[in-house]
Amino acid sequence: MRIGVFVCHCGSNIEATVDTVAVAEAARDFPEVVFATDAMYACSEPGQAGIVEAIRENDLDGVVVASCSPRMHEATFRRTLERAGLNKYLFEMANIREHVSWVGKDRTANTGKAIDLVRIAAAKLRCDAPLYPAEFEVSKRVLVIGGGVAGIQAALDCADGGIEVVLVEREPSIGGKMSKLDKTFPTVDCSSCILGPRMVDISQHPLITLYTLSEVEEVGGFVGNFTVKVRRKAAYVDWEACTGCGLCMEKCPSKRVSDRFNEGIGKTTAINIPFPQAIPKKASIDAQGCLMLTKGKCGVCAKVCPAKAIDFTQQDSFVEEKVGAIIAATGYDLFDFAKYGEYGGGRYPDVITSLQYERLLSASGPTGGHIKRPSDGKEPRDIVFIQCVGSRDKSIGRPYCSGFCCMYTAKQTILTKDHLPDSQSYVFYMDIRAPGKLYDEFTRRAMEDYGARYIRGRVSAIQPRNGRYLIKGADTLLGEQVQIEADMVVLAVGAEAAVGAPALAEKLRISYDAYGFFLEGHPKLKPVETNTAGVYLAGACQGPKDIPASVAQGSAAAGKVLSLFSKDKLASDPQVSAVNLQRCVGCAKCASTCPFGAIEMTVFRGQNKASVIETVCQGCGICTVTCPQGAIQLRHFTDNQLLAEVHALCPY
Amino acid sequence: MNVPRLAYYPGCSGQGSSREYDLSTRVMCADMDLELIDIPDWSCCGATPAHAVDHLLSASLVARNMAIAEEMGVSGIVTPCPSCLKNFKSTQRRMRRPDFHAAVEKLLGRSLRADLPVMSVLQVVAEQGVRTLPDRIKNPLTGLKVVPYYGCLMNRPPDVMAFDDPENPMALDNLLLALGAEVLPFPLKVECCGASLGVTKRQIVMRLSGRILDCAETMGAQAVVTACPMCQMNLDMRQAQVNRANQSNHHIPVFYYSQLIGLATGLDDRQIGLERLCVSPRPVLASLNGENREARS
Amino acid sequence: MTTHAALNDRDPSFVEEVQRASEQNLSLCYQCGNCTAGCPLTFAYDLPVNKIIRLLQTGQKQAVLSSKAIWLCASCETCTTRCPNNIDVARIMDTLRHMARLEGLVAEPPVRAFWESFLDSVRRHGRVFELGCMASYIGKTGKVFTDADLAPTALSKGKLPLRPHNIKGLDEIRGIFARNQERLA
Repeated sequence: MRIGVFVCHCGSNIEATVDTVAVAEAARDFPEVVFATDAMYACSEPGQAGIVEAIRENDLDGVVVASCSPRMHEATFRRTLERAGLNKYLFEMANIREHVSWVGKDRTANTGKAIDLVRIAAAKLRCDAPLYPAEFEVSKRVLVIGGGVAGIQAALDCADGGIEVVLVEREPSIGGKMSKLDKTFPTVDCSSCILGPRMVDISQHPLITLYTLSEVEEVGGFVGNFTVKVRRKAAYVDWEACTGCGLCMEKCPSKRVSDRFNEGIGKTTAINIPFPQAIPKKASIDAQGCLMLTKGKCGVCAKVCPAKAIDFTQQDSFVEEKVGAIIAATGYDLFDFAKYGEYGGGRYPDVITSLQYERLLSASGPTGGHIKRPSDGKEPRDIVFIQCVGSRDKSIGRPYCSGFCCMYTAKQTILTKDHLPDSQSYVFYMDIRAPGKLYDEFTRRAMEDYGARYIRGRVSAIQPRNGRYLIKGADTLLGEQVQIEADMVVLAVGAEAAVGAPALAEKLRISYDAYGFFLEGHPKLKPVETNTAGVYLAGACQGPKDIPASVAQGSAAAGKVLSLFSKDKLASDPQVSAVNLQRCVGCAKCASTCPFGAIEMTVFRGQNKASVIETVCQGCGICTVTCPQGAIQLRHFTDNQLLAEVHALCPY
Repeated sequence: MNVPRLAYYPGCSGQGSSREYDLSTRVMCADMDLELIDIPDWSCCGATPAHAVDHLLSASLVARNMAIAEEMGVSGIVTPCPSCLKNFKSTQRRMRRPDFHAAVEKLLGRSLRADLPVMSVLQVVAEQGVRTLPDRIKNPLTGLKVVPYYGCLMNRPPDVMAFDDPENPMALDNLLLALGAEVLPFPLKVECCGASLGVTKRQIVMRLSGRILDCAETMGAQAVVTACPMCQMNLDMRQAQVNRANQSNHHIPVFYYSQLIGLATGLDDRQIGLERLCVSPRPVLASLNGENREARS
Repeated sequence: MTTHAALNDRDPSFVEEVQRASEQNLSLCYQCGNCTAGCPLTFAYDLPVNKIIRLLQTGQKQAVLSSKAIWLCASCETCTTRCPNNIDVARIMDTLRHMARLEGLVAEPPVRAFWESFLDSVRRHGRVFELGCMASYIGKTGKVFTDADLAPTALSKGKLPLRPHNIKGLDEIRGIFARNQERLA
């Protein structure tokens, strides 16, 4: 081979603790290395141009770049080789940054180690073979999981881009948390007014198939060819017949069912349509609250329904969909403040969450938009809002900031003043986080124009006293303890990963962090991709965020899908396992150890042989270790290639 | 701690200002077949003054008792006083550090393991004794409105005391319910009474303990029930001082829970030290019997 | 109370010493005020507890060790239990008491006098002799009528023993105190 070695300075990142010139010089003596040089920034345009020029001038047929981690720039340099007309797999990287210059300060030791790493890279390169990716068909349909504002945006953008969308939502209606809001900051737009039309667009769009009250049961396949099994849960109502007239709700005698849409503040009937703008506007029965389903009595809804849509025998059903890409937009859930025993842990009826308060503010809520104390139905005069309940709190394992609570609390104080002009709102805060457009001005409006009293300090405890509540807080700017007697307390509870998020992540084979939020491909540069090809993220499932950011991510994810589908075929990664049929004895040990199910047993000339499904293989290498014959090898990481590295490193 | 062979650490106040707590604890345990063996020649744990002055001194004073207990062949140590308990538990925790362990042994002049489990008597009763309780109740406290007052040290900090919920503990509530009493949901159940500042800065205790008595009265409680000698003293012995300082007129008896268990299970009044309570419980107990008599007729 | 918190007067060795002795990391505190909010003694303090921690963070040794607050703390552990950053605030207060006493900065002499009377009683008898402890306290402070009103009731209820009980292992106790004196000297 004619190998070229390029040792990168990376500015002073590498050069400060590694003598790159010396490394290049040492490399010139390695077998089959005909050219070696150092470069300031190999990945830059002049750097890459330099590599292409060197390949042409020196007739190189293989390249080693000693620089950063392959996770940074392997793809970059492979493309460089392609531009120079070489097969991109005749390329090796020696990581002399993360593995050398960043971990040690001794220049002599580092230089020696860097030389060794280049030596073994060159040794492996000498054993590398050109690889050619295969192509496979792509199913140009996308699955969007989650019908909140992010999922809605993603679905509409994809559908408007001409591809079929399957939208799966686990609640009976789409709309997510945004449909529960009364107004939105900073414009105080009515939430249903701005979201509603989008929701109708979803139901009307010819390219969108909507499954609500449904969940993803199983996901199989790979990018371009996913097979998804969707469980459609029993609503006990035939939605083809149901017209959403609501007569069943009026007549249902079981009125004490906890109202999920209204965050448990208030009760609803067992058969219900969650809210007037629900899409689809269909009734569904909460099995636990239904007298017929639990005790075999009643059945009034079935008798009065003009469309004869009630079906108590309905079962869960399954649908299979084939899609080429998946967008996870499953949103968030709220912190359960039962952990805060000092705030009553849920035992005090007038200490409620911000979303419960939002339902009280909403005209479609349980009190028709009148703010009333849950305990006695009276109008509150003094209302205390407490921020950071379940956020920025290491002691309960939630150290992060939820990002939108300062904003929605300010909004709630403004709305409270509108609803109850004689009321007084107090806000206990630690900091005010208002980074978006017009956000800070909005919070100042609450303080300056709407008379909300902001007190900088936390609240240590809430104690019931004579039907009201004593709030024991602090004003750290004053340096004093402050106590306020209030009629109601609203806790700005923090955002958490949606219930069931980790389980869904496992089905999609994507990662999630310690809190259950899905992991993006790169925190800075790949906010809507995951490390799994074909699966994208949008919205709060990736981390707490407000509506504009969720909408932006919805569009971004749609953009990723549209660009994925812009080609008719996709290239598969050739760095997968391959079976040497002569060596394979058909023991099937590899098939049983493969975590991805990428190996199947076939019959070849009357004998059992293993066969790799190249598009499913993730290149983990477990099969190569398992095989007692050495028959299955991972391309680009074969035993011989790896042993070449070992021999180069350990010559004695 | 399955086999209830327990070393008993009475605590200094049990010999004096909280005599009735020690008496009632002993007879209550005997009645429940919980064997309490006094730590022979036990000494003061140092209470608050020791840990406020020096942690090593405090630990060494505690460690002497732990060392003696380790020779007794017991499965654990129990004490009725939350302050003593906190000192024992913190000392054990700190002694898990080898350097601190060595320093204590040096100051004490003895070696010890410091690994015997330590619990409050209340915890043992709440977890084990309560099983036999329903069968032994002769005079249920029906109609007696009580508020349970836990105080500070029994459940805080939760990772050290490892007993009940620090914000809304229920051990006393549940015990009193089991005795048939009407337990009112007391919002100040873990608020501080002022502790030992009664001697040096009386106005602090007057305010803090006064608040507790005021709240109990407003709620219609007939009695306060506690499991801490310091709290009991502030609320009972100092009740007259509180009344003078705050111009209030409280006459609320402050029982130790062990006394109420004794009452309900038919133990003798003298045995449980009822007469030693400063605010007389007689009026409340008389009305209770009166009600019971009416209910039965 | 006004304090001159000129930040270039920060005493870094003081901060380190407090962190070492209390085993707490002071930079965890983001001054949320939760400790002050729940502290039952705030009404009696000269400095609320979060301000003590802030003065600590800014290394203001004099201000912290001369405060009355550290002597009036009841060790109720509310601050420690509720701190969102898991800081053991009560332990820091204990540490400050230790340091203030050793530096001779005692803003509340009666409190120190009580503790010393108490510990003196332990040293003499092995257990606290309540009457003796009170007598010693009165002797140190001159506050002759301290709780005099409680004495008759306590006596009549048999809750005020007139004679101390000396434990057998008194030498051990005395040894502990003596060795501790040496250690701190």
